[in-house]
Amino acid sequence: MSFRPLLVTLLAAAVATAGCAGNTSRDVLLVSAAASLTDAFNGIALAFEADHTGVDVQLNFAGSSSLREQVLGGAPADVVATANPDTMAPLVDADLTTSDPLVFARNRMAVAVPSGNLAGVSGLEDLADPTLLIGLCDEAVPCGSLARAILLRAGITAAIDTNEPDVRSLLTKLEADELDAGIVYITDVIATGDGIEGIAIADAINLATDYPIAALRSASDPQAAEEFVDFVLSTRGRDILARHGFELP
Amino acid sequence: MVSPPVRGLDARLVVASGNGFTLDIDLAIRSGHTVALLGPNGAGKTTAVQALAGLRSLDAGRIELHGRVLDDPAGNVFVPAADRHIGVVFQDYILFPHLNVAENVSFGLRSAGVGASEAVAAARSWLDRLDIAELAERRPGDLSGGQAQRVALARALITEPAMLLLDEPLAALDVTTRARLRRTLADHLEAYEGPRLLITHDPTEAYLLADEIHLIEDGAITQVGTAEDIRLRPRTRYAADLAGSNLVTGTASAGVVESAGHRLRVGDTTIHGPVLATIHPRAISLHRNEPEGSPRNTWRTSVDRIEHYGDRVRIQTGPPMPLTAEVTPNAVDALGLHEQSSIWVSIKATEIDVTAG
Amino acid sequence: MTGPVRRTTRPPALVLVLAALGLAVFVVPLLGLIARVPWSRLPELLAGDVVGDALRLSLLTSIAATVISALIGVPLAWVLARMEFRGKSLVRGLVLLPLVLPPVVGGAALLFALGRRGIVGGPLNDLTGIVLPFSTGGVVLAATFVAMPFLVITVEGALRNLDARFEGAAATLGASRWRVLFRVTLPMILPSLAAGLALTWARALGEFGATITFAGNLQSRTQTLPLAVFVALENDRDTAIALSLLMVVVSLGVLIGLRDRWWRSW
Repeated sequence: MSFRPLLVTLLAAAVATAGCAGNTSRDVLLVSAAASLTDAFNGIALAFEADHTGVDVQLNFAGSSSLREQVLGGAPADVVATANPDTMAPLVDADLTTSDPLVFARNRMAVAVPSGNLAGVSGLEDLADPTLLIGLCDEAVPCGSLARAILLRAGITAAIDTNEPDVRSLLTKLEADELDAGIVYITDVIATGDGIEGIAIADAINLATDYPIAALRSASDPQAAEEFVDFVLSTRGRDILARHGFELP
Repeated sequence: MVSPPVRGLDARLVVASGNGFTLDIDLAIRSGHTVALLGPNGAGKTTAVQALAGLRSLDAGRIELHGRVLDDPAGNVFVPAADRHIGVVFQDYILFPHLNVAENVSFGLRSAGVGASEAVAAARSWLDRLDIAELAERRPGDLSGGQAQRVALARALITEPAMLLLDEPLAALDVTTRARLRRTLADHLEAYEGPRLLITHDPTEAYLLADEIHLIEDGAITQVGTAEDIRLRPRTRYAADLAGSNLVTGTASAGVVESAGHRLRVGDTTIHGPVLATIHPRAISLHRNEPEGSPRNTWRTSVDRIEHYGDRVRIQTGPPMPLTAEVTPNAVDALGLHEQSSIWVSIKATEIDVTAG
Repeated sequence: MTGPVRRTTRPPALVLVLAALGLAVFVVPLLGLIARVPWSRLPELLAGDVVGDALRLSLLTSIAATVISALIGVPLAWVLARMEFRGKSLVRGLVLLPLVLPPVVGGAALLFALGRRGIVGGPLNDLTGIVLPFSTGGVVLAATFVAMPFLVITVEGALRNLDARFEGAAATLGASRWRVLFRVTLPMILPSLAAGLALTWARALGEFGATITFAGNLQSRTQTLPLAVFVALENDRDTAIALSLLMVVVSLGVLIGLRDRWWRSW
């Protein structure tokens, strides 16, 4: 039975969550970031903490639309980084950011197939094959709207079998070989490692999304928040982002 | 033991339950006869019902009904309940609460494949026979105990079963209804021609309804005989307890019960006609000389027999009304009792229970 | 001091206060939802084909899951209530597991078991070509997985409480096992069976996590009302609220309607 490790994991998660909820120390820097930034921002947070020993960076990852709703709804956050400018714009309009957001990274898309590529997918045009199981992100989230824009530019009507709510669940199904192909961020192909193979989309058709970052007016320690934004834009921050597959502006 | 009848039940029931209790009894009932299995709670009566009805299998022994083997572990025979054709009137009646009376009564015929209208017509005719035709559309929840008992009887009899089992058929009723229904039950039992087994813990019921009584204690039959046999020759303490409940049949009128020319004053002055008077052995006082005082029944008689049961002694008295009294060994010494000695008996009128017989 | 008689005629104030709090737990979120409903745009929002497809699919799959639960869940409840065997408590634990597991975990487990590369789904796919994920059948399966425990516990409890002597009485009257089951056992537990079916249906209608994880999300094939609500919340809040209102109305209507027809004895 594999339930015991699973239950242990769930319990551990519950305990960890409970632990975080009570922690409101002034040295904590709350960073809300798009889910596709998970690995890169974990690395950046570690490096930042090494430089700023008094600061404890706590990361909150979610889909960009969810982040937008959280911040608009008054959830505590000091810095916010989303996966496209559209989700950042309402925060600027509401005058929640200290200054105009800065683009710190750019992400392109790739066709992703399960490792081994048993269905023999060779490129974007195979997404029109109705005999294959094709998944995209839902058009309501950035990875889904980008994928549709790319398909439109290529003149391809994809035979979609599922519109996943976020890129993470799309990747899970590709890794499990339950889908034959999908369109995801290049950074996801790199982060997922052995489970996924990426197939490049021609530069003439491919699209990129810009990642903006901004410190928030509500930050409990405005100086630390500005320092974190600066760190992301610094050479060291850019190095970490590049290592995880992001393009740099 | 009676030799095995050709028509009737011939059974040896051996059932071991998990907690060390074992039922091991022989039962033979001729068609047209009623046997009462009389015993205290926990003696194994319900287990016997379940084994006979086919609701649990024997561990050893054999059940044969009218020559048909129903259960025989050694021969690897087990006929399930649905194929035994044994009518059962369950304790608490167990009428189906979601079906009305007519549907309850016709259930057995419907199970046998009889069409709905024919089965309901048969049910109504049975209800008519039992004087409860007007209850056909009622739900069991709306019936009195007495009505439910008759519905249960009709349900069991409608399929003309090969045998009738009655498990405490009167226990769920209040005292006054019980006496009345005991008589109608006796009539209906008389009309049924197969072997009948009455399970009860009430000696009165056994004495009045059965031709023969089997006393069951702790899973075994301890005595077989008529009510008279058991009263006069109790073989165990339980039998003695039952027997001690002296039963006197007679005719009541204005607080006096007359039985074989002897008159007993009783507490109940309202009852008239045929009655059964019950006198507990400890309610009978024995005296060397004629007692005086309160309204008592007193008469002079002799000691027929003295039996010792540990810390109690049972005294059988002689004519005009033979009774069993129970006294302590000290009292026997104080009164100087021995067989044939002359004594006075006294019984308070209020200590005599009288029920319509 | 007021007299003891007057006291007993009135329910304790503390109970009423706590009961009101209990009710508030259900009512307050509903009021929050209703307050945000864009009433003037409601007809237009509900007229879209996304809404119609999701409603049709939700009703179809939740009813199918309820029927399947009845067909296989009632026998399972019967076995748990009436048979003694080793490992019974483990079996009961397994049956209840979907109540404890996050539905997303359940969906992932279904994917690993019944997906085309799954331990059961693989051979099934090889033999029949059937692929359950991303199909309407997959939605039904996910809903059955999360909802059936409600039926099994309710019916098992009812069977345990049912006096076995009624079934014995039916048997002595010559009823076959099937006749006993359909004419005595099931009718006698009907109120519990109906309640269990209603709970199962309600849970199946609201199912989200296991469905999206196992069956994916595609309009008119796998996108049920809860999935449509979730997707709409990302970029079209008015539609999401209109869909939620639709779910509330449909489920309240059915549950209250059933209560009047079936649960009289409650």
